Amino acid sequence: MTTTVTTPGGTAGPRAARPAPSAPALLRARRWLGRNALRIYGALAFAYLFTPIAYITVFSFNDGGRSNLVWRGFTLKNWANPCGAPEVCSAVGNSLKIGITATFIATVLGTMVAFALGRHRFRGRTATNLVLFLPMATPEVVLAASLLTLFLQLAPIGIQLGVTTIVIAHVMFCLSFVVVTVKARIAGLDPRLEQAAADLYATEWQAFRRITLPLVAPGIAGGALLAFSLSFDDFIITNFVSGNVNTFPKFVYVSAQRGIPAQAYVIGAFMFFLALTIVLVADIVRRRRAPK
Amino acid sequence: MADDTGGDLHLRDVTKSFGTFTAVDDLTLTIPQGSFFALLGPSGCGKTTTLRMIAGLEEPTVGSITLGERDITHAKPYKRPVNTVFQNYALFPHLDIYENVAFGLRRRRAKDVDKQVMEALALVELPHLARRKPGQLSGGQQQRIALARAVVNRPQVLLLDEPLGALDLKLRRQMQIELKRIQTEVGLTFVHVTHDQEEAMTMADTVAVMNNGRIEQMGAPSELYEAPSTTFVANFLGQSNLVTGRRIAADTETVTVLCHGQTLHVPVSRCGTEDVDVLLGVRPEKIHLGGEAQEVAAGLNSFAGGIVSDASFMGVSTQYLVRLPWGQDLTVFAQNRGIGEQYPVGSRVTLSWEPAHTFALAGDATAGVESDLAVPVG
Ligand SMILES: Nc1ncnc2c1ncn2[C@@H]1O[C@H](COP(=O)(O)OP(=O)(O)O)[C@@H](O)[C@H]1O
Ligand SMILES: [Mg+2]
Repeated sequence: MTTTVTTPGGTAGPRAARPAPSAPALLRARRWLGRNALRIYGALAFAYLFTPIAYITVFSFNDGGRSNLVWRGFTLKNWANPCGAPEVCSAVGNSLKIGITATFIATVLGTMVAFALGRHRFRGRTATNLVLFLPMATPEVVLAASLLTLFLQLAPIGIQLGVTTIVIAHVMFCLSFVVVTVKARIAGLDPRLEQAAADLYATEWQAFRRITLPLVAPGIAGGALLAFSLSFDDFIITNFVSGNVNTFPKFVYVSAQRGIPAQAYVIGAFMFFLALTIVLVADIVRRRRAPK
Repeated sequence: MADDTGGDLHLRDVTKSFGTFTAVDDLTLTIPQGSFFALLGPSGCGKTTTLRMIAGLEEPTVGSITLGERDITHAKPYKRPVNTVFQNYALFPHLDIYENVAFGLRRRRAKDVDKQVMEALALVELPHLARRKPGQLSGGQQQRIALARAVVNRPQVLLLDEPLGALDLKLRRQMQIELKRIQTEVGLTFVHVTHDQEEAMTMADTVAVMNNGRIEQMGAPSELYEAPSTTFVANFLGQSNLVTGRRIAADTETVTVLCHGQTLHVPVSRCGTEDVDVLLGVRPEKIHLGGEAQEVAAGLNSFAGGIVSDASFMGVSTQYLVRLPWGQDLTVFAQNRGIGEQYPVGSRVTLSWEPAHTFALAGDATAGVESDLAVPVG
């Protein structure tokens, strides 16, 4: 590969003929790489993203006993009996209950806040925007500590650490995300559509119900999904304000010290595939409805 | 929706300010029931704002709006028997065409929704698109749906905000005819906003020319064209030749004006100013071109000593630019009837026209002229 391949005038001399076969091969390899670089890069990125999930899925079928760290053989018994490990299902139940409640409250409140911010000019509007951003910017562990202090102050009026305090805390940090998501959708909405509705005999409520709400709905749904996953997933704040109530992340964290039961992997894999199914179904529905 | 009792639309001393900026300034208008009224003016003169106040989407800062006997100045938009065809159509993107058109009927719990919707779609000749979404329609089709969505409610007044602005010339001409047909067919009051003077003149019974938030002149298209009362109107509606002059005499019928040494006459009824300094105007197609030696008939206004500086043959007519001794170019349209003489560039010509086709104005000769058409005043 040290001899030069190029000969002036483009005619290949007899001396240049020998390395010639390897040059086209190199060229072909480069061209192949050029054509497939994006695909390779994409495959690597996906591998990076999905390796942990693949690991969870595989190990949910591990016949591992109390500790699920080494592969000991394939079994379906974890999937057949996801509540097999002590407390796992009550923790998941708590997480679902808290997640749904917090999502509902945060979505309703957040949507109303987003409309207020997106549609009206009022004193303190800029300040409100800033205040809503703060929980996203503050370190979670600091928020958690301050919430704990706050809730302990509330003990004398009958608010004990538990589901209530977790829900209050979750609503607080989910709210900002809902507001941001819904507000973006409202900002993209043509205000003339609502005016056209009013012009066509729709009262304020009817215009909102028939025009604005359906058009903002995808934003609200997105905000709600985000809120739910944030709440279901939260460990730091929950750990501080939950008292002796167990949630799924807390359960996983605590059991990690002794060895995580395979059932936790089952729940994790199940949540993942459930989310995947929801996304796929939503996409199919959207495509069906979309203009042909 | 329309009741048959007097439904004239009145705007009285209506002013709309946004902060310190006055978008509509002391507007007074009467729009008779069943008429096709055009609001004509350049972009930004306050046309949309005026419509929005009639629709109830904007509240006047001062003044009142009444429809028939009813004061609607502060009525909610959904309580007015008025519908709008919006400048950008504003069709509801998540509803199909049928539901878009049915929207107003459903809000008022009308009977026979299906029949009325299909009739409205037939009126705009698009019944086959009922189940499409607005995003799947072309601009022209969306425009017609916006019209159907408003007309289906049979409002007392239909407001149209530059509804043909986005269409190409051919489709625009076609839609102008359609609109006029629909208006005659359903007999509603149409208030049509446009910045296209030709559109306003061909369609409307009455045209109001608006400039800087004020009405400059209002009347039948021919009236505005033949006897503009301001230089803005003279230049905005078609083309005008405006020449500076001084009033030197007047009797009960005729005003005599001295223009660059030439004595010209204008009927008192067509003289819009009492000032000594006036602008004399004449439309390009009213001017007769004659050879230098040609005798001008007695009683006609005329300018002698012109030189043809440009002649563009345009098929039905030839457009001449004639340079007068004081350096001003006048525009002349000569019909190609095959009997008159053609005058090549450089010919010496005399311009003549009827005093009855002359008008006199006060003010700035270039108001309302697009910059490239500006008439230099010598
Ligand atoms: N909501 C508003 N706030 C401030 N200025 C406005 C508003 N609406 C219109 N204007 C101003 O009022 C003027 C007239 O606007 P518009 O009625 O839309 O003009 P047109 O329809 O004749 O082009 C414009 O200069 C515009 O900038
Ligand atoms: Mg406008």
